[in-house]
Amino acid sequence: MDTVIDAHNVSKVYNKDTIPVYAVNNVHLHLERGEFTALVGPSGSGKTTLLNMIGGLDKPDEGNIYINGQDITQLSANALIDFRLRNIGFVFQSFNLIPVLTAKENVEFIMQLQKIKRKDRDARVNQLFKQIDMEEKLNERPSKLSGGQQQRVAVARALASKPQFILADEPTANLDTKSASNLLDIMARLNKEENITFLFSTHDQRVIDRARRVITLVDGRIVNDTSVVSTSHMEDKLHN
Amino acid sequence: MWLFRMAWKNIWRNRSRTIITMAAIFFAVILSILANSLKDGVFNNLIKNVVSFYSGYVQVHKQGYWDEQILDNSFEVSQTIESRILKNPNISSLTGRLESFALSSSEELTKGCLIIGIDPERENLITSLKSKVIDGQYIKNSDLSVLLSEGLAARLKLKVNDTIVLLGQGYHGATAAGKYPIKGILKFGSPDLNDKTLFMPLPLSQDLFQAYGNITSYILSLKDTEALDATAGSLRKNLGADYEVKTWEEIMPDIRQHIKADSNNMFYVLAILYMLICFGIFGTILMMMEERKFELGMLVAIGMKKSLLIVLLLIESVLTVFAGCILGVLISIPLIYYLKIHPIKFQGETAAAYEQFGFEAIFPASTDYNIFLNQSLIVLLIGLILSLYPVYKIIRLDPINSMKR
Repeated sequence: MDTVIDAHNVSKVYNKDTIPVYAVNNVHLHLERGEFTALVGPSGSGKTTLLNMIGGLDKPDEGNIYINGQDITQLSANALIDFRLRNIGFVFQSFNLIPVLTAKENVEFIMQLQKIKRKDRDARVNQLFKQIDMEEKLNERPSKLSGGQQQRVAVARALASKPQFILADEPTANLDTKSASNLLDIMARLNKEENITFLFSTHDQRVIDRARRVITLVDGRIVNDTSVVSTSHMEDKLHN
Repeated sequence: MWLFRMAWKNIWRNRSRTIITMAAIFFAVILSILANSLKDGVFNNLIKNVVSFYSGYVQVHKQGYWDEQILDNSFEVSQTIESRILKNPNISSLTGRLESFALSSSEELTKGCLIIGIDPERENLITSLKSKVIDGQYIKNSDLSVLLSEGLAARLKLKVNDTIVLLGQGYHGATAAGKYPIKGILKFGSPDLNDKTLFMPLPLSQDLFQAYGNITSYILSLKDTEALDATAGSLRKNLGADYEVKTWEEIMPDIRQHIKADSNNMFYVLAILYMLICFGIFGTILMMMEERKFELGMLVAIGMKKSLLIVLLLIESVLTVFAGCILGVLISIPLIYYLKIHPIKFQGETAAAYEQFGFEAIFPASTDYNIFLNQSLIVLLIGLILSLYPVYKIIRLDPINSMKR
């Protein structure tokens, strides 16, 4: 197996000078390529903080985080931005897309930042919109898309740079059942067919049900880490 | 290019806000150009009025005359000097004057007066003296008669065809005395000139003061009045140490001081205007930053470098400010030209007061292209300086905090 995320003794402390509060407390996390993992726990358990640190948006106070073997805690702020661009795809809970750009331009945007040639960009955009079943919505502005469609475009954008993994923070929180199901179908298919690694932070049982590994955080600590689902089980879920 | 396209789209994401910002800049440019154009126009007109009244733009004297204005400091009329002066391409014409003071008398009354010997034709070219004749006729160079200012004539109870007696000191202490018929009465706006001036043909004045062939000054008019200092400097160099060259600013420092003081007042008016522009632009920038806070955080989170984001926001600011400036300049050009051709006219008492002093009662506009250029550049600069606020915010942007709801 190929290790994508490797977090060692990671802690994040707030109010260090007064009464320290551990948002994440001595967490060890190891994710292999192709995993489809849900990070669950009650509000304030440290899911988003851990996700932010893994995504290089926040720095841990203690410990190290290795992405594909590189310790991102040692990178400068600028280097981290470049690292995120090339290695990590993000799907946020809402307001993911740039409102003035069309769906296609939103996806293309990441590749423009990477200075990918137009011809290659076009080919990749077409492939991604096919994968998210939105070929007919290429030229629509986000305001003309439903919440579910916007999240699918966000997934396409996250995939555009061919990242090491995708971090999705509550991606289904604002979606109705059908849209959430569609989105999860797409992400599960991408995971299965293209071996893309997904790490979700979620409360949503629908996401937890689809995950092949569920990590439970409580008070900043991992209290449970269950890998239960086989590939065949996943396929069953997909067909259901 | 894609960044430029994105900036353009961002500008129009909130049309009302962009139009309000552009309108603020547009009106700011028009107002500042209008204010400066009228200010310069009024000052230029004031200078033109004052200078063409009497002093000319530049005067040439014998060295030391300005400090001691006596006939002994006069100098001989010389074709060589005249041609050296006229060699300067910015000099349009010149005339010589012989000036001194004397006692003027009528039958029972006496008053000190300023006697100015002139070449009537050349003088008229520079100061339009002929137009100030209100009674009688203008003099010729060969005449043996004089022109009297209205105030002096009234004081001495003299009219056209009466005789005036002059008594004073001539060149090198000689006695200057003579009696002359009055050919015309002049009216000046300036009370000072109107109360004490007498004009006579130059040969007659040289005869009176026994300063044969001498004058006290050359009065010069310029083609380009903006090049006043350069022209004076060039003349000083060409004429050498025997002559002194004085600009109207040196001759009439009070006028220069008045213009300077008014310019300072205008500076405060413009400062308030620029401040209003600042608030207008800054308000929309603050709104824009708040509205796009989440988006900007998201862009950095997904991998857009802050430097690129800064460039994007700067392009947006520059485009908005530039468009406002260009529109402002485009509209102000015909407006200012219209005001130059059809200047604002004072009415009523203000107009009467201006005209009493011999000034045109108008507010002309200056079409100096520097005004358009400078004012649009100032507003552009204000816009660009204010654009540094988003730059500062982006440098300090923390994507996690920005994306917090």
